[in-house]
Amino acid sequence: MTAITGDFASVPVLPKWLAPVLLLAFAYGVVPLIGSSYLFEAILLPFLALSLAGVGLNILTGYAGQVSLGSAAFMAAGAFAAYNFNLRVEGLPLIGSIFLAGIVAAAIGVVFGLPSLRLKGFYLAVSTLAAQFFVQWALTKFSWFSNNSASGVIDAPRLSISGFALDGAIGRYLFALTIVTVLTFLAYRLVSSQTGRNFIAIRDNETAARIIGIPVLKTKLLAFAISSFIIGVAGVIWAFAYLRTVEPDGFDLDRSFQILFIIIIGGLASIRGAFFGAALIVVFPLALSRLGGFLLGDLFDSGVLDMSQRIVLGALIILFLILEPDGLVALWDRVRRRLLFAWQST
Amino acid sequence: MSFLSTIKAAALSVAMIVSVALPAAHADEQYFPLQSYRVGPYAAGGTGFFGGFIDYLNLINIRDGGVNGVKLTWDECETQYEVERGVECYERQKSHAGAAAWNPLSVGIAYAMIDRITADKVPLITVNHGRTDSTDGRVFPYVFPLLLNPYSETSGIVNYIASKEGGIDRLKGKKIVVLYHGSPYGKETIPIYELLAQKYGFTVQQIEVPHPGNEQQSQWLTIRRAKPDFVVLRGWGVMNPVALKTAVKVGFPVDHIVGNVWSNSEEDVIPAGDAAKGYTAITTQASGNSYPVVQEIVKTVYGAGKGNLGDKARIGSVYHNLGIVNGILNVEAIRVAQEKFGHRTLTGDEVRWGFEHLKLDPAKVEALGAKDLFHSINVSWDNHEGEGYVTFQQWDGKKWNVVSDWIAPDWALLRPIIEKSAEAYATEKGIKLRTADDANAVTTN
Repeated sequence: MTAITGDFASVPVLPKWLAPVLLLAFAYGVVPLIGSSYLFEAILLPFLALSLAGVGLNILTGYAGQVSLGSAAFMAAGAFAAYNFNLRVEGLPLIGSIFLAGIVAAAIGVVFGLPSLRLKGFYLAVSTLAAQFFVQWALTKFSWFSNNSASGVIDAPRLSISGFALDGAIGRYLFALTIVTVLTFLAYRLVSSQTGRNFIAIRDNETAARIIGIPVLKTKLLAFAISSFIIGVAGVIWAFAYLRTVEPDGFDLDRSFQILFIIIIGGLASIRGAFFGAALIVVFPLALSRLGGFLLGDLFDSGVLDMSQRIVLGALIILFLILEPDGLVALWDRVRRRLLFAWQST
Repeated sequence: MSFLSTIKAAALSVAMIVSVALPAAHADEQYFPLQSYRVGPYAAGGTGFFGGFIDYLNLINIRDGGVNGVKLTWDECETQYEVERGVECYERQKSHAGAAAWNPLSVGIAYAMIDRITADKVPLITVNHGRTDSTDGRVFPYVFPLLLNPYSETSGIVNYIASKEGGIDRLKGKKIVVLYHGSPYGKETIPIYELLAQKYGFTVQQIEVPHPGNEQQSQWLTIRRAKPDFVVLRGWGVMNPVALKTAVKVGFPVDHIVGNVWSNSEEDVIPAGDAAKGYTAITTQASGNSYPVVQEIVKTVYGAGKGNLGDKARIGSVYHNLGIVNGILNVEAIRVAQEKFGHRTLTGDEVRWGFEHLKLDPAKVEALGAKDLFHSINVSWDNHEGEGYVTFQQWDGKKWNVVSDWIAPDWALLRPIIEKSAEAYATEKGIKLRTADDANAVTTN
């Protein structure tokens, strides 16, 4: 029995790796057995894709402090690049085209990251809008990107890894889960490395960072590249595993805002935050819409219900942010500390 | 204790109600999952179309007690015309038993659903729109771009312009500008205009209007310089009234602008005010509420207070009538399938068979109270469009007036292009071409 001191810090902390490992064991071992097709197709797949995009944007915005409104463009670049590599390079395995798609997104990210050397804050955000508009325009304008398909909408190729087909809902879920796990782990390692600390240094005080010898230019562009790589791969998951169709319209400014809100609500500069934020943004509207449809579906038409759900969702987001400006992650940590503390003291 | 027993009693009674209600819900009902959109930028089209569709289903239920005694049911799931919402709605609604057909009225959602509905064997109806090559039933067994695919629409418009000029050979040397929406939908007909221009000897210039199209000054100045004989407006939403207003501003005569099938509604012309007077547009279903079936909907459905449109002035509008025609096509397909498989709840595959044998000649259309509302349809296992006819309406400032006969697109010319495109898709996706025998093999449970 430890003495009750009232100091949360004295609560023994569980090993850091325990929660993620348990969660992964659950996601790999249990969810595929019990999940319905609705759970995979409508909840988990968009959740995984947007979480990964959130992780990517969090590296850029949360850690390196560069605000970007071009996330959807990098997703689109990734999705279309993967489609074209898969189509045009004979014998390239799926993983290869996804990796190259990430590289393409990273290259575009670097190009549109160049203004960050001169611009800061909102000005930078506005300049990344250029990426958003340019990429969408180019994909619509040049039909080569969509293999001259008459309507510009392309079908995702069949998913298979070394001959093993992953076309079913569970297969696509496991495919997305694996990619998200690997990239999230790498992102986690990155932010606790020297490079990650350089990012934070630039975010907190660029001049000071320069003085202590951090190469500001290189570091900023690196942040853009890594972030865009991850977001590009998230675009591939969105297109190949979730929707199984790609059209430039699906990657509009709304999607960029959605990803930005995910990291703001989830918690800036936190890898977990992206997952919390994505859960709220993806799952919560669905839960509200199903609840609304179930309770009031006979009284109002779907349009009225949809509008009222937006109002509820908006109000809740405001409430969350007032209660915990550091995002859901901070809220979660506080709740967990309280629970652990309560458990300890009994 | 007493609280606990109250809860127990409540739970028991709920369980009983559910157990009584559930089997009853499955008895002889045919369900329509409606992925509707009543919110967002395209709400005008969504409310009209789904309003008309629901009004017709209601008419069948109230007047006839369903289709041969099988009640029609439906529920709505809001998509806002967004693909991922449409997919979510699909996953949500597909668990409902007895689904007859999907009608999302959105190209993007339809594309995302093709693999899914093919696996689930339930028809996907994309009336007047959709993927052109899904006309080929050999490759797309469950997709039906009923009445009019984008290529037929193009051919119909060119044939109409030819008739205005006095014959197809008079097109030689003429100039047509196509002003299209900068989206997959808008670009779909670019190659077919080029092909028709070559075939008939007119020149075509295709100009893109970036989405959403609320500023078109430079495009119309280009048009003024080009001095075309006709402008085809292939617009969507706000782009249409802006085009008409800008045309007046640069002095292009509005009666030489021909609208396509998504530029043909009241919502497209009323915001343009006087600028729209004299504008002509293609349609597969005439507007107005004088048709017997529309009158019956007014009397039976709206009379019983069950009408779906909030604004009764929209009864008989272009989108409302499209919804009604879509309702007729869906209900008649069910009727055809019921004659073959029995008067009961049908499986999706049985309804697919019904659509593939959906043949409504003008006499049958008249018997349905829809004479002149639409012409006819003739779907077969390999032609999923069904040879719909088109007509043209001119806006007089208050309402649309029909100004042409029913015109047939040049299907024979288009079919080889469609087959080529469908076969390329089949190769890409590893699909085996279906035969007539495959089409007759129906999954009945």
